[in-house]
Amino acid sequence: MDMKKYVIRQISIFSENRPGRLAAIAHALGEEKINILAFSIAEANGFGVVRALVDHPEKAHDKLQSLGFNIAFTDVIAVHMKDQPGGLYEVAKILGDAGINIEYSYAYSGKEGAVLILRVDQVDDAIKKIKTSGATLLERSVFH
Amino acid sequence: MFWDKKIETLKPDDLQALQLKRLKKTIRQAQKVGFFKKRLSDAGITASSIKTLDDIQKIPFTKKQDLRDGYPFGLFAVPLREIVRIHTTSGTTGKPTVVGYTKKDLDVWSDLIARNMTMIGIGKEDIFQNMVNYGMFTGGLGFHYGAEKIGMTVIPSATGNTKRQIEMIRDFGVTAIHCTPSYAMHLSEVAEEMDESLDSLKTGIFGAEPWSESVRKTLEKRLGITAFDSYGLSELFGPGVAFECKERDGLHIWHDSYLVEISDPISGERVADGERGELVVTPLVKEAMPLLRYRTGDVTMLMEDGCLCKRAQKIARITGRSDDMLVIRGINVFPSQIEHVLLKIPEVGNQFMVYIDRINHLDEMTVEVEINRDVFSGELTDLAKIQKKVGKELRGTLELRTTVRLVEPGSLPRFEGKAKRVIDRREAI
Repeated sequence: MDMKKYVIRQISIFSENRPGRLAAIAHALGEEKINILAFSIAEANGFGVVRALVDHPEKAHDKLQSLGFNIAFTDVIAVHMKDQPGGLYEVAKILGDAGINIEYSYAYSGKEGAVLILRVDQVDDAIKKIKTSGATLLERSVFH
Repeated sequence: MFWDKKIETLKPDDLQALQLKRLKKTIRQAQKVGFFKKRLSDAGITASSIKTLDDIQKIPFTKKQDLRDGYPFGLFAVPLREIVRIHTTSGTTGKPTVVGYTKKDLDVWSDLIARNMTMIGIGKEDIFQNMVNYGMFTGGLGFHYGAEKIGMTVIPSATGNTKRQIEMIRDFGVTAIHCTPSYAMHLSEVAEEMDESLDSLKTGIFGAEPWSESVRKTLEKRLGITAFDSYGLSELFGPGVAFECKERDGLHIWHDSYLVEISDPISGERVADGERGELVVTPLVKEAMPLLRYRTGDVTMLMEDGCLCKRAQKIARITGRSDDMLVIRGINVFPSQIEHVLLKIPEVGNQFMVYIDRINHLDEMTVEVEINRDVFSGELTDLAKIQKKVGKELRGTLELRTTVRLVEPGSLPRFEGKAKRVIDRREAI
């Protein structure tokens, strides 16, 4: 099984917790005509990490880095959910039964339906387990 | 009241004769230390070449950095088996400044504390709660030994757990307390919240950080005490060097034990009485660790007027520092110590900013440091680990809890001239 095709490159940006930081990031991506497909902000004590799935991660990386942002790529996977009540439960139960530990997760609902983005510690192992459990993984080509 | 009336009220001529005798003895003691031996011989000075007290100006100053260079025991004039106690205080970088005491030193030191406490009218009948750190900080054991020598009932309550401190004051009928002035402010507020009037309290001794007359008024009103300013530093034994008498207009520094000069911190020239400058002290009674013309960094002046209590010349209350040392919750901190800690942590840059605030009368220090661009993994948990690590390392060196803020690489100010990395937002206390 070619597992690589299910590994999606998320960009993670270190940001201080102060007004205007998200605007600065979004503005830079807009300038480069980069589309943000999904994103979330995780915050800790005084700082945060902006996580985003974009259509051109390399271009986004280079642009933000040139502006002085501290940015890294993070491998995530995306699971398809039914966009209806109980959709998340169905997927979450599969993940739980398969013994997959989620480090963090966020979701969006778009033209592909509802999608759950997952950061797991053992990516290859998780992909295998999710495939055999019957859930649908979205391929990288859906995003970029 | 006097602990040692004869020595505390010596006539000027007798005092000077005693000072000169003790200065010569101190020089001979200092010559047992490699550092001073070389210093004195380079300057061509021996004990016998000191004819008058003014001749001391031929001796070079000793700086805190010199003590650091001798870490740990390089400044001791006696073999280690004669040392019965070691304390430390903040160094200018990673290593603390070490001070040692012989049995005789401890006796002399506690005697000075006894003088001070007797001078402000507390004695055998008093119940004394000592609310300062009892570890390496000299304030804890220093006052403890002095108060025991007088025969007070001593409660070594140390720091922390303010409610328990208040309960002890109430239950034990404590009459005198010693702590930092900011902790006393905090204590008075907690007592008010607990609806405790602390009627037994009469005397408060406050030191380890500068404080104002308005705080004195507030503390006296809230705690129902008379408040006295206490001054000292570990290099000169610890607390007990100078103290307010009942007049509370300047501090009596013990001239038989400490030879006082006030110098311009830049030129090193002596300034006249009534002019502010850096306090430079040659302790005259130290055995384990003699010092010559030690630059304290504290800014004060010799006061021109005499005192009703008949003791000798006073110094004014300390108004600041001639260097960049900070006093945070009574603990001395040098910005260079912070830099030194950060240099050892590869995950963060070497630029930093320090912000000091006073929240509920207690000092809070925040250190901003840049995350190193190359170590960012993209994971929040890794950042949180770095933040924790920096806080732990700072705590280890400064013995002070700090709030660490991670900021983006390149976001802190870069200084071309003199760096201004410390923003002290505290109102004067």
